[in-house]
Amino acid sequence: MAGSGTAHMRNSVDSVLTVRDLTVEFKISKDKVVKAVSGLSFDVVKGETLAVVGESGCGKTTLARAILQLPPPNSGEVIFNGTDLTSLPKENLRSARTSMQMIFQDPISSLDPRMTVQQLIDEPLEIWGRGTREERNERINTLLNNVGLEPELVLNRRSYEFSGGQCQRISIARALALDPRMLICDEPVSALDVSIQAQILNLLQDMKDQFGLTMVFISHDLAVVKAVSDRVMVMYLGKICEIATPEALYSKPAHHYTKALLDSVPIADPTRQKITELLQGEPPSPMNPPSGCRFRTRCHAATARCAEHEPQLQEVSPGQFVACHHPIV
Amino acid sequence: MSSLLSIKNLGVNFDTPRGSLEAVRGVDIEIPAGTSVGVVGESGSGKTVMCRAAMGLLQGSNVQRTGTVVFDGNELTAMTKEQVRDLFGSGMAMIFQDPMTALNPVRRIGSQISEGLRVRLGMSKKDALVRSKELLELVRIPNPTAVLKSFPYQLSGGMRQRVMIAIAIACNPKLLFADEPTTALDVTVQAQILQLLRELREDLKMSMVLVTHDLGVVAGNTDYVAVMYAGEVVEYAPTTKLFADMRMPYTEALLESIPKIDHKSGTRLSVIAGRLPNPTDRGVGCGFAPRCKYAQEKCHTQHPELQKDPDGHLYRCWFPIGEAL
Ligand SMILES: Nc1ncnc2c1ncn2[C@@H]1O[C@H](COP(=O)(O)OP(=O)(O)OP(=O)(O)O)[C@@H](O)[C@H]1O
Ligand SMILES: Nc1ncnc2c1ncn2[C@@H]1O[C@H](COP(=O)(O)OP(=O)(O)O)[C@@H](O)[C@H]1O
Ligand code: SF4
Ligand code: SF4
Ligand SMILES: [Mg+2]
Ligand SMILES: [Mg+2]
Repeated sequence: MAGSGTAHMRNSVDSVLTVRDLTVEFKISKDKVVKAVSGLSFDVVKGETLAVVGESGCGKTTLARAILQLPPPNSGEVIFNGTDLTSLPKENLRSARTSMQMIFQDPISSLDPRMTVQQLIDEPLEIWGRGTREERNERINTLLNNVGLEPELVLNRRSYEFSGGQCQRISIARALALDPRMLICDEPVSALDVSIQAQILNLLQDMKDQFGLTMVFISHDLAVVKAVSDRVMVMYLGKICEIATPEALYSKPAHHYTKALLDSVPIADPTRQKITELLQGEPPSPMNPPSGCRFRTRCHAATARCAEHEPQLQEVSPGQFVACHHPIV
Repeated sequence: MSSLLSIKNLGVNFDTPRGSLEAVRGVDIEIPAGTSVGVVGESGSGKTVMCRAAMGLLQGSNVQRTGTVVFDGNELTAMTKEQVRDLFGSGMAMIFQDPMTALNPVRRIGSQISEGLRVRLGMSKKDALVRSKELLELVRIPNPTAVLKSFPYQLSGGMRQRVMIAIAIACNPKLLFADEPTTALDVTVQAQILQLLRELREDLKMSMVLVTHDLGVVAGNTDYVAVMYAGEVVEYAPTTKLFADMRMPYTEALLESIPKIDHKSGTRLSVIAGRLPNPTDRGVGCGFAPRCKYAQEKCHTQHPELQKDPDGHLYRCWFPIGEAL
């Protein structure tokens, strides 16, 4: 298998999303191909939040879009609720997408400025014929209340009249309109102010509990990820480095890249500044990823083996899987 | 300790169609030579405007600036645009969040770094290029010869920020203003840039004003912190003092609301409800009163005056933390 292993797959009957050997490549010229996501496999079980972390360009957004078939991946399977979305005809795909909704990083530009809040939330309900006009209006009111907005104050206003945090609330209300089973959030709080971030993270958590949602939560912020996730997947140049519970991953990272990421996070306490060896350089181009372990050009523990053989995910402690020839013990 | 930058009762108002917008008011801070001062606060709290005013910029026709700013013996507030411009380079320099907007997209890096050296230091084209290469080495750019010949779009965000730093330090400034210099970068690259700035400050004996919304960045990279809220510096103290013994309820709320890497996973975050007051209508009373868990009657009706502890710790609050009611 070309991927980075499957030891971490749980093959559970409760699996809501199972991704197998997913590959996405972008041809950017005659002889140049960006390998954005390379042979990724993972599963998400009901009610779980899987966080995906990694630096910009490692393929997080590409992965999210490939799950939604926007565009479909070059190869691999995306099994959602028992159906492989990659082999679904267009019409069925549209209806499958209603139960899998996405929340984007830039809340303001992801809402159509010509539409009122009322129209924005009504749109999916109307398209899918969910109830009469009156029933839909009632539903819109409930949704706005759920996300902490006062319906009378917001219904007739447009996105540009709201702050980023309010727009993200509107996006969440819209995403919840069709009762999805799964939310895919791509950096949902990265564009928001610190004091607003906490409000939106708590709201997502409440919505998840209230509606039994399953979530894929993409972020580059390790502290945010720790607050919201049940399982964390660390990516580097289109591959999985490590996948584990937040408890294990943050307290004893086994992959050298995970450790480097954690060591780079600034600590808001002047008395607890750590002096650590910084990761040198920046990730190489995904057009020409290193052989073997893709992290080897920046890894201080790399050996000849790392250049020759691609490491496969293996379990190093219960529930903690790492793709490294020389994991940290 | 002598002050490198002394800001007294600084205020900035913008005339807007919706009336006068009070972006900064009543800022009083002293920045000692050789230190690094952090400026933190929510988006719109006035960090950038305060820094621009402190640099003597912001002289447009729709701007009213009050108060005084003295930099290294020069009263910037009494100087013309041209006089202020002459202070740039060897006096003050700045870097921003997005280096792409500050770099010229169609000119090679070498010519962009050389420009300041030729204009300000009167270097020949050849000498300026040699010095540009040294500057790129100083900011730890691998393969500087190739980078001199490249265009901004060919560089990563981290490399572009290094180039901006090279341009900023070219004439050995005494004070560097860095406005969110690492916000757009990945954590591992952010850590590299912050380390570079620490080393350069030490080597070049340069002071720094570091604007950031990240209290973690402040904790590890500054000697003093100014916390801004609704256009005011509401707390100013040595960094260790601020974290150990903060007096402002707003600072406390801000620190509590950020997710922390050493928190137990799944813990609910504490939230600052509401948002910044409208800058065209600041109202009476404390701007934080509607969001403050310690607010009393007086907070809604009287604007808190600047208080000073014997150790110089400044804050604007009627009922500071750690004081019996
Ligand atoms: N040229 C201008 N004309 C009118 N209003 C302005 C101007 N520049 C800034 N403002 C206003 O002044 C206030 C303070 O803005 P400032 O850019 O200093 O905030 P900031 O703290 O730097 O925020 P951020 O974290 O988003 O950079 C805001 O209300 C802003 O909209
Ligand atoms: N439409 C596209 N065409 C070409 N390359 C792309 C396209 N979309 C993404 N990429 C490239 O694929 C890689 C992964 O990108 P992305 O998924 O956006 O990363 P992330 O979300 O982790 O920051 C990057 O190198 C990016 O430049
Ligand atoms: S496989 Fe080798 S190069 Fe990759 S992380 Fe492990 S030790 Fe480093
Ligand atoms: S003055 Fe009152 S409202 Fe303002 S911060 Fe202090 S206690 Fe809170
Ligand atoms: Mg992305
Ligand atoms: Mg700013």
